[in-house]
Amino acid sequence: MMAGQMPRWADYILMPAINVAAAFFVSGLVVLAIGENPFDAVRILVWGAFGWNEGIGFTLFYATNFIFTGLAVAVAFHASLFNIGGEGQAYVGGLGVALACLALDRFVPWWVTMPLAVAGAAAFGAAWAYIPAVLQAKRGSHVVITTIMFNFIAASLMVYLLVNVMAKEGSMQPETRTFEDGGRLPLLDTILPGVDFGSAPANLSFVIALLACLFTWVLIWRTRLGYEIRTFGANQTAAVYAGISPVRITIVTMLISGGLAGMMAVNEIMGSQHRLLIEFVSGYGFVGIAVALMGRSHPLGIVFAAILFGMLYQGGAELAFEMPAITRDMIVVIQALVILFAGALEHMFRPTLIKLFGILSAPASRAA
Amino acid sequence: MSLLTWKSWLGGAAMLLASSAGLSAEPALVYSVGGKFDGSFNEAAYRGAERFAAETGESYRDFEIARDAESLQALRNFARRGADPVVAIGFNQASAVSGAAADFPDANFAIVDMVVDAPNVRSVVFREHEGAYIAGLLAAMASKTGTIGFVGGMDIPIIRRFLCGYREGAASVSGDVRVIFNMAGDTPAAFADPARGAELARSQIARGADVIIQAAGGTGIGVLQAVADAGKLGIGTDSNQNGLHPGHMLTSIRKRIDTAVYANFMDARAGAWTPGVQELGLKEGGMDWVLDADNRALVTSAMEAAARAAEAGIAQGRLSVHDTMRDGECPL
Repeated sequence: MMAGQMPRWADYILMPAINVAAAFFVSGLVVLAIGENPFDAVRILVWGAFGWNEGIGFTLFYATNFIFTGLAVAVAFHASLFNIGGEGQAYVGGLGVALACLALDRFVPWWVTMPLAVAGAAAFGAAWAYIPAVLQAKRGSHVVITTIMFNFIAASLMVYLLVNVMAKEGSMQPETRTFEDGGRLPLLDTILPGVDFGSAPANLSFVIALLACLFTWVLIWRTRLGYEIRTFGANQTAAVYAGISPVRITIVTMLISGGLAGMMAVNEIMGSQHRLLIEFVSGYGFVGIAVALMGRSHPLGIVFAAILFGMLYQGGAELAFEMPAITRDMIVVIQALVILFAGALEHMFRPTLIKLFGILSAPASRAA
Repeated sequence: MSLLTWKSWLGGAAMLLASSAGLSAEPALVYSVGGKFDGSFNEAAYRGAERFAAETGESYRDFEIARDAESLQALRNFARRGADPVVAIGFNQASAVSGAAADFPDANFAIVDMVVDAPNVRSVVFREHEGAYIAGLLAAMASKTGTIGFVGGMDIPIIRRFLCGYREGAASVSGDVRVIFNMAGDTPAAFADPARGAELARSQIARGADVIIQAAGGTGIGVLQAVADAGKLGIGTDSNQNGLHPGHMLTSIRKRIDTAVYANFMDARAGAWTPGVQELGLKEGGMDWVLDADNRALVTSAMEAAARAAEAGIAQGRLSVHDTMRDGECPL
C-alpha cells in the first residue's frame, strides 16, 4: 500500500457505506423537520424494499434498469467519456425491442424472440450513440453536449413514431399493441422454484443484466480492447503515442455504452410493459450516472449501487404510501442526498479516512 | 444486528403497516404523474375528493405516483386495504387498473380519461373536443385580427383532438379565421414549462393572434401570462382559470374531473356505485365553459347566444364535433 492511499476494500466498500450513512443521517433530519419519526421512516423504507416478496421483486426490477444504465455510463467513464445520453439511447433501444417483439410474438415462443430483442435493443441504443461518438471523435464536439441533445431528439422521434406510425387504432394512448406471449420474458418467480414475487415484474432481464456485468468486467479488465479503453481514458496523449487510435476507441466505446443503455429497454418493454409506450425510460438513464459514480465504474459496485437505488425507488414508494406527510418529492430529496454524498461530496470523507489508515498502518510498516 | 432483532424490527414495520389498514371502505385516489397540485388536471381530481370530504365529513386516502410502474402497486395497496372505490386519474394508469381489477375482483375501481373493460371498473371519459368547439367559436368571435392561437402541451392524440374541435368551432364562425397552433414539446415536460408556453404565445401574438387557448397544463400558465401581458385574450382549460388574469381571460373550458371523482366517491358511499363506461360531454355537464364576474364584460350577448346555441346543438345531437379518435384525421 502506498502512502496516501486506502486498501481496496475501504475504497470500494467502506467509503460508499460512509457516504450512504451520511446521506441517510441528513435525510433523517429532513424527516424529523417535517414532523415524522425518522426511525419509522427508515423502517418502512427498508421493509418496503426487502421485507416482503413483492417488495424484493420490485427492488430487483428497478435495480435491473439501473444496472444497465449504470454499466453504460461506467464503460464510457473508462475512456473518460461522459455519456449522459443513456436516457435517449434506452428510449430508442425500446424501439429495437418492440420491433422484434411485434414481428415475432405471434409465431414463436419467447426464447426465440429474446435474443433478437436483446440484439435489437443493443443495436438501436448503439446506433443512437454513434452520431455523438463520430462528432466527438472526428469533430471534437463534446459528447456531454451532443448526447444530452440526442435525448431530446430521441423523445421527438419516439413521440412521432408512437403517435403517427406505431399507435394502435382508436387509442388515446401513444403506444403499440400489447405483445402476445411470444414477446414476453418470463418472470423470475416462474423460473426460480420456491420464489414468489407477487405482482412484481422482476423478470429474466435481471439475469441478462448480471451477464452484462460479467461481459463488462471481462471487456474492461481482460481484453486488449479494454486495455486500450483504459489507456485512452487515463492519458490520451500516451495512448496515441502507443498507437491507439483515438477515433476508433471513442466510437467503439460509445457504441458499447449506447448498446448497454439500450438493453435497459428489454427489462421495461419485454419484461414488464409488454408494449412500447412513450416515456418508459422516465429518468433511469440519468440515475445511471449516479449508479456508475457510486459503483466506482466497477460492475460489482454497480450491482450494489443499483440495488441501493432500487431500494430507494421501491421502499420510497412504500414510504410515500405509508406516511402521507412524506410526499414523493421528499423521496426525491432523499435520493438526491444519496447522489450528493456519493457523487459530489465523494471527497469529503476521503482525506480523513486516508489519514486514519495512514496512522493505523504506520506502526506496522515501521515494524517491517 | 442479530437476525432476531432484525426480524422483530421488520415485524414492527409490518405492524405499523397493518395498523394503518384499520379503516376500511375509505375511498382512495391515485393521481397521475403530474402530481397533486399541477394547477389543472390532478388538482381538479383533488378538489372533487376535498368536496366529498367537506360535505360528508369522511376521510379519503390519496397517492401521487412518481412513475407509471408505481401505479399498479398503489392501486393494489389501496385495494388490499379495502378502499372503495379506488379511483385512478389519467390514461397512463389504464393497464395498471386492468391488472389490479383482475387481481382484486371484489374491489371497485374507476379510471378517468380511459376505458378499461372489466366487470369491476367504472371508466369515465370526456368528450373534450366538444368543449374545444365552444372555445374556438368564442375565440373566433372575439378576435379582431381574424387570427387565433392554440398552444398545446405534448403532441399526443388527446391534445390533437382538442385542437381539431377548436379549429372546427372557429371555422363555424367564418371560414376566414386563421388558427395558429403549436405544441410545446415531446416530453411530459411539455406540460410543465411555463417559460416555453409564454415564448410560444408571444410568437403567436407576433403573427397576429389576439385570442389564444392553452391546452398545456402547467405550460399554459405561461401562455396565459404572456397573453395578459400583451393585452390580448386567453382561454383556460380543465379548471376555471378566469381568475388568473381578470379582464384578459375570455373564458375557461372546464373538464369536470372533480365531479367525476366526487360522483364516484358519493355513489360508493350510498351503495349505488356501478361499473361501466361513462362518457361525459356538454350534454352531461362533463364539459362546460365558464361565465363569471371575471369575464362577463368580455363576452358579448351575441357571443353568448352563439355559444349557447352550439352547446344546445351538440347536446341534442344536431351538431356533431369531429372526434379524431373515432372519425380519423381532422378534416380542417
